[in-house]
Amino acid sequence: MSNQITISDEQIEFLLADVLAWYGYDFTGYSRASLRRRIHRVFGLDKQVSFAEFRYKIINDKSYFKRFVEQITVNVTEMFRDPAFYKTLRNLVLPHFGTYPFIRIWLAGCSTGEEAYSIAIVLKELNLLNKSLIYATDINPIVLEKASQAMFPMSQMKQYSENYISSGGIKDFSSYYSANYSLAKFGDELKSKIIFSTHNLVSDHSFNEFQLILCRNVLIYFDRSLQFNVLQLFDQSLENLGYLALGTKETIDFSPITKKYKRLNTEKIWRKQGERV
Amino acid sequence: MKECKALIIAGSAGSLEVLLKVLPDLRTDMSFPIIIVVHRKQGADFLLADLLSARTKLKVKEVEEKEEIMPKTIYIAPSDYHLLIEKEHTFSLDYSEKVNYSRPSIDVTFQSAAEVYTNKLACLLLSGSNADGVNGLETVTHYKGVALAQDPSTASVSYMPEQAILKVKIAHILKPEDMASYINSLNQPLTVQ
Repeated sequence: MSNQITISDEQIEFLLADVLAWYGYDFTGYSRASLRRRIHRVFGLDKQVSFAEFRYKIINDKSYFKRFVEQITVNVTEMFRDPAFYKTLRNLVLPHFGTYPFIRIWLAGCSTGEEAYSIAIVLKELNLLNKSLIYATDINPIVLEKASQAMFPMSQMKQYSENYISSGGIKDFSSYYSANYSLAKFGDELKSKIIFSTHNLVSDHSFNEFQLILCRNVLIYFDRSLQFNVLQLFDQSLENLGYLALGTKETIDFSPITKKYKRLNTEKIWRKQGERV
Repeated sequence: MKECKALIIAGSAGSLEVLLKVLPDLRTDMSFPIIIVVHRKQGADFLLADLLSARTKLKVKEVEEKEEIMPKTIYIAPSDYHLLIEKEHTFSLDYSEKVNYSRPSIDVTFQSAAEVYTNKLACLLLSGSNADGVNGLETVTHYKGVALAQDPSTASVSYMPEQAILKVKIAHILKPEDMASYINSLNQPLTVQ
């Protein structure tokens, strides 16, 4: 890593300006240290030799641009990641929706879908899945395509099963999927309650009103002012008394919406407190 | 070293005992931040901060993302995230792929800090069983920062500092009992001009 060509800060700004001008994707509010590392990484992975060529290819080759977006955004995720979080979701958040006629959940930055299926499993075990709909969105169409296949590597299932059990899961985790060579295929019942769709948190607007919004480990990639904008978007998209869930290291503290929200125990979950008079 | 803007101490297996030994002897008026990146199991974060803060009067805290980096403070990289440094001297966290089977990866933090602090960065690699951190130290020296390693004969797992010494130009190879006085000697930013 240390011996390859270094792309300068100025060149990175050029590239971000190009990508915004040509494709309308705005990465200028992303934290630079991480973004820079991701750009260097794809540059090295694809054995690019010069910045000029790299830039030309991104601008002129639409399919390469898709790869570029897939590679510079982080798509690392797992099922029932942070089991304690899912336990709180199961025991303290989702039961509130028992009397609601219809439950709308927005999972923003869903990547390859592992969290969407995890939430669907918890809803099913609480007998809420039938009246629920999970809107799972991501900036990146390639990962959404993977997500909609409902297939994950078998090699991960042992870990996921352990996560599931420590999150309070009550069934045999393997009852949720069928083994298909090296892949585990999750049942259609879960999938039928998830809508996968592209949505760009930077530039797209609110598209519905939800009882629960989850966006975990996405805000860490944004600078403070973009974080505030996105939190405001969530606030506009959340019903009164709805819940907002962020990643372990993320917070709404210091943001303009913080006064309207009350934190739930130790997890990064906040409840909207209704309109103040 | 003319001026130290940041010190990063990193390690894996066997590094905690060294930290516990070094911290009590550090000056409490440090003119730079000390950033600690150690490999460990997920979820033991508060424990580590508690353990270390019991050994020093310096402020010890786990990193919050986008937090401004201050002197006289010991920052601990949270488990299961990579820790990066922004140009404006704030922290960023990143949940991307593991590097050297590790998250946080020492290489990632060293490299990111080297780009920001260049020749005003010192990085110390302690005991450990893999080579995470070695490439990062190379980047640090590339930017004319100071690369330091624990004397492998004093390390409970010698592989990590050994690899560093083998592959990188190390400025000082330090025994745990000499580390505090070396670090304290970096603490004179205004007298040496």
